[in-house]
Amino acid sequence: MRKRLTVALAGNPNSGKSSLFNHLTGLNQHTGNFPGVTVEKHMGTTRMPDGSTAQIIDLPGIYSLYPRSLDERIVSEVLLNHRSPDCPDVVVVIADATNLKRGLLLLTQIMDVGLPTLLALNMMDLAARAGISYDIQLLRKRLNIPVVPINARTGNGVDELKQTLLRELNPAEQPVFRIYDEAQAAVNELRQKLGVDNDYEAYQFLEQPHGLQFLSAHDRQVVEEVRQRHHIFPGKFHGAETISRYSFIQNLLDEATLKPADEGWKKYSYRLDKVLTHKYWGILIFMAVLFLIFQSIFSWASIPMDLIDGWFAALSNYLSHTLPQGPAASLLTEGVIPGVGGIVIFVPQIAILFAFISILEESGYMARVVFMMDKVMRRFGLNGRSVVPLMSGVACAIPAILSTRMIDNWKERTITILVTPLMSCSARIPVFTILIALIVPQQTLFGFFNLQGLMLMGLYLLGFAAALVSAWVISKLIKVKERSYLLMELPTYRLPKWSNVGYTIVDKTKAFVWEAGKIIMAISIVLWVLASYGPGDKLENARDYVLQDAANLRLTEQGLEDRIAAYKLEHSYAGIIGKAMEPVIKPLGYDWKIGIALLTSFAAREVFVGTMATIYSIGSTDDQASIKSRMQEEINPETGGPRFTFAVGLSLLLFYTFAMQCMSTLAVVYRETKSWKWPVIQLAYMSVLAYASALVAFQVLS
Amino acid sequence: MHGTGRPYIFALFKINLNKLGRTIAHMKVGEMAIISGFLDEYLSVKLMEMGCLPGAAVRFNFTAPLGDPVCITVAGYELSLRLEEASTVLIIN
Repeated sequence: MRKRLTVALAGNPNSGKSSLFNHLTGLNQHTGNFPGVTVEKHMGTTRMPDGSTAQIIDLPGIYSLYPRSLDERIVSEVLLNHRSPDCPDVVVVIADATNLKRGLLLLTQIMDVGLPTLLALNMMDLAARAGISYDIQLLRKRLNIPVVPINARTGNGVDELKQTLLRELNPAEQPVFRIYDEAQAAVNELRQKLGVDNDYEAYQFLEQPHGLQFLSAHDRQVVEEVRQRHHIFPGKFHGAETISRYSFIQNLLDEATLKPADEGWKKYSYRLDKVLTHKYWGILIFMAVLFLIFQSIFSWASIPMDLIDGWFAALSNYLSHTLPQGPAASLLTEGVIPGVGGIVIFVPQIAILFAFISILEESGYMARVVFMMDKVMRRFGLNGRSVVPLMSGVACAIPAILSTRMIDNWKERTITILVTPLMSCSARIPVFTILIALIVPQQTLFGFFNLQGLMLMGLYLLGFAAALVSAWVISKLIKVKERSYLLMELPTYRLPKWSNVGYTIVDKTKAFVWEAGKIIMAISIVLWVLASYGPGDKLENARDYVLQDAANLRLTEQGLEDRIAAYKLEHSYAGIIGKAMEPVIKPLGYDWKIGIALLTSFAAREVFVGTMATIYSIGSTDDQASIKSRMQEEINPETGGPRFTFAVGLSLLLFYTFAMQCMSTLAVVYRETKSWKWPVIQLAYMSVLAYASALVAFQVLS
Repeated sequence: MHGTGRPYIFALFKINLNKLGRTIAHMKVGEMAIISGFLDEYLSVKLMEMGCLPGAAVRFNFTAPLGDPVCITVAGYELSLRLEEASTVLIIN
């Protein structure tokens, strides 16, 4: 049997690559990792006309084999590593037929690397509308590769593309670009020493600016020696090569273009830009779009979130009554199920957020947002492209941090990663809601501003302001000379393709559930152990101790059970740790009970409400009103007044606004920055910020 | 001749500009020109990859609400770039 065909899709951003990928693979797609490099790889399978299946790899959108961002670097790694089992059998280069020139630059580079290549000429419908037509036969003949016109949105031409893939395809015999004589000796030496397949591939080994990750330390050493011996530095011939390729492309297009574009087809796009990037209207419309997104994340998502909450509570309840009693059942119903529920509950918000982001990206509006915000962001050491992660951070920092890969400047990307968790994510909502309800009266200001709503908005703005200020401070501290630039295509506006939006939602939500899920699961099990076991016999005999203490109180059965639960927690390892923490958190106005909640919140901040509920001995956590009234009734033994005064409440709110209380985010930051340095710095600076602001708030107000 | 908009660029580069000629950063909305060269080698390589080749026609479309970055049409598509980058692309018209 023939080996399964592996096909890589490459192309410029906005060339319709993801449409083609979704069309080929449908739901048979998943995200994996490229071996050795921590960059996500989108893969899928498609059925071929002869009944076999082919594997499709979707490479990040790039303009050239010379990488600018981390996302782009992966493409040169995959296409130059011919020895890897992951090396594709065929590369399909997708080019936008309305803008073929730039697409052909990438095509000719990939052809020269020595892999069988095929050109898919996409957006033939738009090209027809723009009045463009090409002599496809001539393109085939001159390029000496198969050229297939397609429309990735409708799927026209995809069958022909598959038929072509089944033919035996060979690498181009003649390179488009002949390497310079000056580089020939070095290339020969490298080919002989490392056994590289062809001249251009070896030449790329010398030219790649960051060095190729897949080469062994020894091979990299060889490359460096050859560079020095022949006075070659990375990028030496890059400019000249680009000019030479473009002159080939220009000649080709002069010949093959039967009818050039009539720019009139873009007139609607131009008119839209007059409004959407207008000095005042542009900003107003962007604000309105943001408002719509927030509105829907907070109001629309609450319905499915309540449902999910109910389901998990019911499941846990059902299991605790049907399973035989014991540590295993208790771990399942008190540790694992609430842990999984704590992840799944955020799915609606993440899905809605990514629906919006994907629509904004598909339509071409996101590029305008980057364009409009770049100058403001730059003031704070960020980049226009930081806007997308910061916006996503309002739902969840994990997908937000993953989306920083498109920022090509290392320093700006690192700063964006460091400050994104200051954006108030959806896990803070339950904490904010309950604390605000405790300390802010349910009143309206001037008849229509809800005071509690204003407070919530204030906390969001505070998080955003803290993100910007921290970014500015960090940008002054990181001393790296790396030039920042913004060269970005503003794609023509189009209606989004809804199936692409759907696939993005599924993909991002799955990534979140996995990334966050693994860690939240592990932590909730550890917490369960800490909260369920303790030294001595206090936990086993909790019932007797409580009965002794409460002998003359007339407790209901429920009241007794609640007291026992609270007693157990107080004497568990978690309770002991909470008490040990008390001296540190006392200046912030907290007692050991809040200490336990803070401690558990370091795994994931949304655990706060659940922990509070357990500590204040309430059977279930789904009734916020009763948690609230218990917290209101809690007395501070030192003052005799309520524990949750305005000062304590505000101090807690500030702490939760700034603190880095999310293990999953730290794990993702580690994965994305490939060192423990950045997650540690992030944890440290955010903790200091949280502690200091809570301290000032409490000390000033009380 | 370089009257409108973006005065700080002039302040920074005034002397050089008069010697070296105009750049994309000096263009007015709707103006057309031909790229004639670059002032920065590092950026020129990236700009050329994006289709800003010497001899290519550019049209200055519009600026962002805060005056920077700017949007130009080059090689048949719309490219946005910062004034800082635009001021490294020499033009003639």
